[in-house]
Amino acid sequence: MSNGRFILLACLVGVALVGASTFVTNEYYVFAAYFVLQYVVLATAWNILGGYVGYVNFGTTAFLAIGLYSAAALNKWLDLPIPVLIPIAGVLCGAVGLAMGYLTIRLRGVYFTIATLALSVVVQTFITNWDYVGGSRGIYIMRPTDAPVFGSYVAYLFFLMTVLAVASVIVARVIERSTFGFGLAAIRDDETAAAASGVPVLRLKLVAAAISGALMGMAGAPLPFYLTYVEPTSSFSLAYTVNSVAMPLVGGTTSWLGPVIGAVLLGTMQQAMTVLISSSVNLLVVGVLLVIFVIAAPNGILGLIRSLGGKKVDPETNPLAAMLVTEKRSSP
Amino acid sequence: MGQYAGLLLDSIVSGVLVGGFYAAMAVGISIAFGMLGISNIAHPALILLGSFIAYVLNSQFGLDPILVGLLATVPFYFLGTLLYTAYEFAFERRGTQLIRGLAFFFGLLFITEVGLQLIFGVDYRLVEAPYIGPSYNIGPVSLPVRMLIPFLASVLLLVGLQIFFARTFTGRAIMAVAQDKFALQLMGAAPVRIKRIAFGLSTATASLAGAFLIILQPVEPSMGRDYIGRIFAICVLGGIGSLPGTFIAAVIVGVAESITATFYGPSWSPAIAFGFLLIALVVRPAGLFGRA
Repeated sequence: MSNGRFILLACLVGVALVGASTFVTNEYYVFAAYFVLQYVVLATAWNILGGYVGYVNFGTTAFLAIGLYSAAALNKWLDLPIPVLIPIAGVLCGAVGLAMGYLTIRLRGVYFTIATLALSVVVQTFITNWDYVGGSRGIYIMRPTDAPVFGSYVAYLFFLMTVLAVASVIVARVIERSTFGFGLAAIRDDETAAAASGVPVLRLKLVAAAISGALMGMAGAPLPFYLTYVEPTSSFSLAYTVNSVAMPLVGGTTSWLGPVIGAVLLGTMQQAMTVLISSSVNLLVVGVLLVIFVIAAPNGILGLIRSLGGKKVDPETNPLAAMLVTEKRSSP
Repeated sequence: MGQYAGLLLDSIVSGVLVGGFYAAMAVGISIAFGMLGISNIAHPALILLGSFIAYVLNSQFGLDPILVGLLATVPFYFLGTLLYTAYEFAFERRGTQLIRGLAFFFGLLFITEVGLQLIFGVDYRLVEAPYIGPSYNIGPVSLPVRMLIPFLASVLLLVGLQIFFARTFTGRAIMAVAQDKFALQLMGAAPVRIKRIAFGLSTATASLAGAFLIILQPVEPSMGRDYIGRIFAICVLGGIGSLPGTFIAAVIVGVAESITATFYGPSWSPAIAFGFLLIALVVRPAGLFGRA
């Protein structure tokens, strides 16, 4: 499928989602769907760096919280609307991702991971000490009374998040099929060999880190309006991080489809379990699933489907080539 | 002596004491990450597991927390060897330890944390022992015994480990496995077995560090996360795999945090370790005492 067709298809899915949401009478379902779509963005963003390049980011909460709090602060200060806040949060988090990458990504990948873990502690420290956004007491966000075009504000937020989700999936898919994406895959498979073949390793890694960070930040910008009250402890909940890591790994990391599958499955499951059982138990289940999948199904659900389909490719050694080969064969 | 100098001296002393305790927390990572190349980010969660074991046995049977920590090193050692066996089988053998190995330990961290939360709730828990209340005062400097005991015990732990690594065959083999796996095989030692023992040792230190932690301050399940950055900062700063370096770096971080907490407020101190980590990574990734 060409990029143009894919974009058209993705947009149609988005329109269908928004259209379907207007028929839903119970607003809770729209809330739940927003939550799932937010994870589509986060998991896709994580996968651009984690799945395509092989650099593990455990700082999703930090990026999300920077987006969230920058939106909350700018809304309080200048009363900016969300469509303006989203790109600002994106630029800010892209810059943070770039800076983190520049400082640590040149070393072994594991240092980047540790630095991102520490980053969330530091961002939390700063937010807790930042009185303008309420410090540790938290801050209430007033939703504007009128929602443009859409009847209710929740529907408006859902529309924004659908746009973000569709956009991030398109970005991921375009990257995957571009020279840039091939470069990233080469780095993941063998960084030294990639550098020796003329891949600008550092530059590609930094661009990937910036894109990934920016998407996470953009997902955070509408969140204060969705929650209407934010405070540091819940904003920095480890749930965001564990989910954005678990979803791509459960779905499959080598393709844009993996994080989407993971986010829809785990996200829906958690929404159901939060209502039926309790929110700590559902986090425990996510953790257990993560461990089971990395041990027993290292290529996620997509890998399982592929091996069931009898196409004996070894995505571990060369996932991209394997994928392209299967696609070439299937198309006439 | 001015009040200011007295305050400074007091915060330096408490920083050194806390730093010694940080060394006990970091030594497990120093072994696993520094010597074996296993980025066990679940270590802080294991430390909290140790704390809660000390809490349960202390509140139920009145056992001394350090004694509990010492006894628990045995099950923790076997837990560690079990974890390593799983890790080796699922990741090292396939060569996927970087991404999936990290995700595996992250999952363990999360499971332990949420599990402890489900059992004990989010309340702070503490232990009772005769040495937790009293405090010696020397001039402006106060020496709380609850800080002194973990400090001394940590120093003992590090000295013991250093002697083990320098003097015994197994200890030397652990040092060697990081450097040259093939040469180690030629010396008649199986790398996987040696690494299993070393990883067991690393997790065994978590039960002691956990006991020290709950003596030092009340604990709640999600605290471990705050220590990840701190512990790795100490390991990187101290030079990967060097125990004396770990100790010195731990004291530096402890003193810096304590001074920050005294003069700028305790809510700022978590940012200190991150600053050290970034500086260490950017300026000298081999650490203060690293060989590379």
